[in-house]
Order: sequence, then C-alpha cells, then structure tokens
Amino acid sequence: MSEDILVAKNLVKTYTQRSGRFGFGATQVKALNDVSISLRTGKTLAVVGESGSGKSTLARCLLQLQPLDSGEVLFQGQDLAKLQPSALREMRKNLQMVFQDPFASLNPRMRVGEIVGEGLLIHGLGSATEQQKKVVAMLKRVGLTEVDMQKYPHEFSGGQRQRIGIARALVLQPQVVVCDEPVSALDVSIQAQILLLLKELQQEMALSYIFISHDLRVVRHIADDMVVMYHGQVVEHGAVADIYAQPAHGYTQNLLAAIPGKRVVNG
Amino acid sequence: MAVNLQTEHSAKSLPLLQLEHLSISARKMPNRLLVNDVSFSIEVGKTTCVVGESGSGKSLTALAVMGLLSRQLQRNTGKVLFNNADKGVVDLTGLDDESLRKLRGDKIAMIFQEPMTSLNPVLTVGYQIGESLTTHLGLKGERLKNRVASLLEMVGIPPGRANSYPDELSGGQRQRVMIAMSIACEPSLLIADEPTTALDVTVQAQILKLLSDLKTRMNMGMLFITHDFGVVADIADNVVVMFRGEIVEAGTREQVLGNPQHPYTKALLACVPDAEGKKQLKPIDYAWLADEEAEAVTVEGNA
Repeated sequence: MSEDILVAKNLVKTYTQRSGRFGFGATQVKALNDVSISLRTGKTLAVVGESGSGKSTLARCLLQLQPLDSGEVLFQGQDLAKLQPSALREMRKNLQMVFQDPFASLNPRMRVGEIVGEGLLIHGLGSATEQQKKVVAMLKRVGLTEVDMQKYPHEFSGGQRQRIGIARALVLQPQVVVCDEPVSALDVSIQAQILLLLKELQQEMALSYIFISHDLRVVRHIADDMVVMYHGQVVEHGAVADIYAQPAHGYTQNLLAAIPGKRVVNG
Repeated sequence: MAVNLQTEHSAKSLPLLQLEHLSISARKMPNRLLVNDVSFSIEVGKTTCVVGESGSGKSLTALAVMGLLSRQLQRNTGKVLFNNADKGVVDLTGLDDESLRKLRGDKIAMIFQEPMTSLNPVLTVGYQIGESLTTHLGLKGERLKNRVASLLEMVGIPPGRANSYPDELSGGQRQRVMIAMSIACEPSLLIADEPTTALDVTVQAQILKLLSDLKTRMNMGMLFITHDFGVVADIADNVVVMFRGEIVEAGTREQVLGNPQHPYTKALLACVPDAEGKKQLKPIDYAWLADEEAEAVTVEGNA
C-alpha cells in the first residue's frame, strides 16, 4: 500500500460566463463541483472526460495556477490553497506541469537551454555551472543533445518540443507532475515515444503523475488509477483495470464504447 | 478541358476516383518530391483511408485531388481521374478553374480538419450550408430554407440553429455543419481530411457513425485521411499507408490491419495503444529504412 502524495478535497470552482447576445447576460458555470481526488505516491492517476468537463481546470487548480473557490489541496499534508504566494512558489518546485500544446507552451524568444534552466534559476538551485550541467543532463535524458540548448523552440518538431516541455518540468526533480493532455497534439508514432519516455522517467525519478487525457487507449496504457469527470463532477473513480472491465456509470460506459478500433480483426 | 477517356470501359465498371502516378513538389525544389508516384483508386460507395504520420503527404494528396494545392507547390506528374457518372471520366488535373469550380462542392466535396477555423465566423451556418445549394442547384427562398433545415436535421442539429453563428456551436456541432455543407449537393466523392482529430472520443464516434450512414445512404465514395488506426478499423474498406510521400502498403482493411506486410505499417500499428492495455507500445524503429536504403544502393550499384 502506498501513501497518497497529493489529495484534493471538495474542490469547487465557478466561472462567470458572459452569455446572451453581445454578452449582456451572465451565467455561472460550475467547472469543478465538489471534486475530490487522491494520487498515490509513484503512481499515475488519469483524469478522463470530454472537453468542458473540467479536466484542465482541475489541473490548474491543483497547482494553484488558478484560485479555488473552496476546497483544499493537500500535498504532503500541507494545504496548497492556504499557502502564501512566496511559500507556494517555493513549493512549486515539487509540483510541475507538462502542457498540452507544445507549440504554444514554450516561449518562442527564449533558447531551449534558458527555457529548461529557468526553473533552476528561479529556485536558485546550484551555481551557474551546476545548473548548466543539470540542463544538459536532462535534455540528454529526454533524447535531445547539448547543441539543442542554443536553438529556439520553432526549430523543433512537435514531439521534440514536447520533450523540451518534459525536460523543463523534470529538471527541478519534482515529486508530482501534472500532464495536461501531453500527447493529444501528437502523431501516434510520436505519442508512443513520449508515453514510453514518461513511463521510464516515472520509474527513474519516482514521479507521481496526474495524467489528463480524453484518449482512453492512452489512459489504459499509462495509468494505474483513474477518475472520470462529467460536467464538473467526478462520476467514477477506481483502478483503471476495474473501471475498464466494469464501468459503473453510464457516461463511462459511453466513453468506453466510443473507443475507435473495436472492429480490429487482430493485432 | 474535359478529356473523355471512355474507350473500352463503361463508366459503371470504373472506379470513382483514380490517382495515377501523382507527384507533388515545391516549385522552387522540383527534385524534392513531397508526394512521390502515388497511385490508388476509390470505388463507388466505398471508403479508402489514407494513413500516415504528419508530413507523409496525405493532406497534400487530398488537396491535389481538389485542385487546391498552394501556389508554392506544383504537381509534377500524374493524373487524377474522376468518374463523373453520366458525363464520363475526366482528368481533374487538366481542368481549368471554371470547370473545377463546377465540380467542387457539387460532385466532389471536402471536410477540413479544423471545424473551428474552416467556417466563416461572420456568416450564419444556415447561409454557409445554403451557399453551395444556390451556386450549384440554383435553390432560393423557401425551398433553400427547407433544404438547409433538412440537411441540419440529417446531421443531428436542430434546424432552428440555421441562424446561429459558428461561435455559438460546440466543436462537434461545427464539424456536423461542415459535414452538412459538404453533403448538401449529394456529392459522389467526399474527401475528409482528419475530420475527427480535433474532437472528443464520444463526439468522434457520433461523427464516424454519421459519415458511414451517409455514405451508405447516398452511395458516396469517401477518401478519409487519418492517423488513427482505431478510426481506420471502424470505417475503412480499403487502406493506403503513406510514408514520406510514398505509398508503402495498400489493400483492404483486413489485409492491412490483420496482416501488415511492410515494416512501416507494422511499426505504425505497434505504436497504437489498445483498449485492453495488453499491448507493449513500441515507438517506430527506423532500422528497416537503413536496410532498405542499403538494398537500394546495392541494387543501383549492380545496375
């Protein structure tokens, strides 16, 4: 039995949306409606749901990139939602994020070396040469080279950029990594590479992942536990194998039935 | 000019679309072929899936069929033979813009990948669906309105939404509008360029079902571009696998998915995660490429 490294309790987040013609009206959208999840140490928790179900809001709220309306996020027993900004920043080196769109999440005006090294600089970890060394080691680990440090993001393909994003997140040696649809913008072949890389790194660095995805085939492959979100609520949670074998909620059943490729003859 | 190639075959026995030795390159670099000697055909009422990674030339092939290649690109060689039912077979590459325009949207229609960017944001969806009906069939007024309403109904959108603007619809609904637009004139060939890639799985399943229903109902031939083998397994009759601008394997769905011959097809299939999670993912190992290149070199050397 492993312990829970990150626990979220009763998260609520409401957006006010302009509605009606010309946006004169306002409606409340409950992006997170009493969401509770827990991530076991060294495991992967997948968050599954359609667009608009609150998956990405959950990710951002867990890392306090967005303020919560109510609820608490416990990381190693500390409530992140109540931390002062400076303490939170300190804490963030343990909690990193890999973003969905590798084309939008890297600053086009920074060199790759700077992008990856920025976290080390901010947290003041080690001297400049040590930081440099760490960046090089991390880039090599994700399959890039030292030469790439001097390049700009636009010089890389989508898969390589996602590797840069992973290196950026992992160079700080975090304990929890939130991956927000890290492979949905990639080709299947590249997707397989990135998934394998994430799995290897998890073993090497004892990482715990929160893996947000709408692709149930990918989830089946990478995750240990999963929660299914629907309209801002968790409708089902449990071990991946159990849920795939016996989906209890109607929405989960629909999701599983919608996986393409059920007709594959073999292979 | 329409070239009539009807000599010994009758139009019925011919495939709906036949690509013959199509090659495309950038104008400035005519030697670097982006699509290299691609030939395949689409039967009436069947779906041919073109599968490949980004950059393999699948979209370029589709655009070439439509005559929509950008100005920086050129078609070096090849024919695109379209079987225009009673009017005989025409080579689309030999047509002038005027005659192409008459075919596009009427006999050949296309669904683009991004439903968010391919609809005009300042026109109502009803207007956009009706546009091709007015252009090609001359429908106006009440009759146009009724036809648009029935098309919307066919793709599962309440007909009242005809007066909505694209931003008022969800991604899935927008893609349905795109489909309604493309099938408005009941084309005999529908080209779909990754129509579901940007959508959720549940919506994707709906759209795929809708497309295959429409295909059966209207007896459309479909050229379906995707990189998802799961989608291929669901809707394809025939499969064409492209790699770096060339076709590496082609055959029926059972042949290609069940018994892939080419190492690239095998590799591509191996990196698709399965729903049961039993399969070990394998990223593509390009070792076979090196082998093949070495082989090619030796063959050349011998020659």
